[in-house]
Amino acid sequence: MKYMNEYRDPELAKQYLAEIKKTVTQNWSIMEVCGGQTHSLVKNGIIEMLPKKVTMIHGPGCPVCVTPLHLIDKAIYLALQKEVILCSFGDMLRVPGSEKNLLEAKAEGGDVRILYSPLEAVIIAENNPDKEVVFFAVGFETTAPANALSVIHAKRKGLKNYSILASHVLVPPAIKCVMEDPESHIDGFLAAGHVCTIMGNYEYYPLVEKYKTPIVVTGFEPLDVLQGILMVVRQLEQKKAKVENQYARIVREEGNVEAQKIIYEVFEIVDRLWRGMEVIPMSGYQVKEKYADFDATKKFQIDIEEAEENKDCIAGEIMKGIKKPFECPEFGKQCKPTNPLGAPMVSTEGACAAYFHYSGLAEY
Amino acid sequence: MCLAIPGKIKSIELQYDGQVRMAKINFGGITKEASLEMLPAANIGDYVLVHVGVAISMVDEEEAQKTFKYLKEIGELGDLVDVDDYLPKKED
Ligand code: SF4
Repeated sequence: MKYMNEYRDPELAKQYLAEIKKTVTQNWSIMEVCGGQTHSLVKNGIIEMLPKKVTMIHGPGCPVCVTPLHLIDKAIYLALQKEVILCSFGDMLRVPGSEKNLLEAKAEGGDVRILYSPLEAVIIAENNPDKEVVFFAVGFETTAPANALSVIHAKRKGLKNYSILASHVLVPPAIKCVMEDPESHIDGFLAAGHVCTIMGNYEYYPLVEKYKTPIVVTGFEPLDVLQGILMVVRQLEQKKAKVENQYARIVREEGNVEAQKIIYEVFEIVDRLWRGMEVIPMSGYQVKEKYADFDATKKFQIDIEEAEENKDCIAGEIMKGIKKPFECPEFGKQCKPTNPLGAPMVSTEGACAAYFHYSGLAEY
Repeated sequence: MCLAIPGKIKSIELQYDGQVRMAKINFGGITKEASLEMLPAANIGDYVLVHVGVAISMVDEEEAQKTFKYLKEIGELGDLVDVDDYLPKKED
């Protein structure tokens, strides 16, 4: 496919690796923020091919992984209500709630549907006027415009039976949180290209100023990631810290202004709990009061207690880059993709699942 | 989850009571629909990046080549790279 396959060329990848090796003189730890990049790094064996001096640290960038337990429980509660059709992206189905996951709720008779796009959920609502359709609207800034758009579509159509259970998290506050944690030592970042496609690069300049850490906005194909790493390493070796854009074929400096308008029409920024981490100030979206009729948390009386996380899972340390998946005592033992204890083992973009599937560290 | 892939706009029609531009987009042979509400300037023939049913960015042809030229530009490995081998082909 054009604009994809060319960025997987093994010869050019080798040349990038050679150039990285040539450039590096000291030890550097680089965090790739986005789970899509983690997946690309591990799947393509890039981690092993990088020089020993370059350590890739996997960041919190998997929205599935950081969706709080009580929100998963709420989605499961809603899925089990007779009048509700609960729609979701496929990766949410196996994420463990406190007692079960959405797949099990479906097996128990809940009407749970996997969709490719939230816009499809609006059509389901239109076709099922006697049902309540709830879309589990998970994601980073990348997905927020589509989720917001579904609300706008539903409103335009005058639908009264559509709402979203919003679980939106924002990347720049997470980078801040990682940098402020005394246990994490990150020298540079690959920022998530698709997040910046929407939001642009503005938010990263103050971070670079404050922490004197290079941030390179990076794509997802092997050559993108390798070029991003080379750009970070060159800055580090030259003692520079600036924002660079490796992914300029997609990311404009100002982002997608139309998409930002749609986000801020429907959502406002609030403090937000990240599963396995903590409440990060101003790090998520919630549906504005103006659209309260489309907010599942306001529309439905959801009486469930907040459950405790599984204590054996060290997802928080994994997502801040303090530990690697194979350092978790449960990795590949109690915890496998077929029986995940924590979310990073569920989604293919979660660091634990990426290691399990591709790095040959776990026994099958 | 944040997967977004580039495809080429094959056709555009107005849907949702004429309010929304929806495109048929070709991803290396597979055709899917996506909303163009966030890309008012996108037209037939353009390559766009699509995420969960919404086109979110236009691919910039010139910028797209920089990944292939970068090593040459930074100077050191220049002789080894025959840039033309790596440039995107004209059609998919
Ligand atoms: S391996 Fe499993 S238990 Fe350990 S941190 Fe990852 S998800 Fe949690």
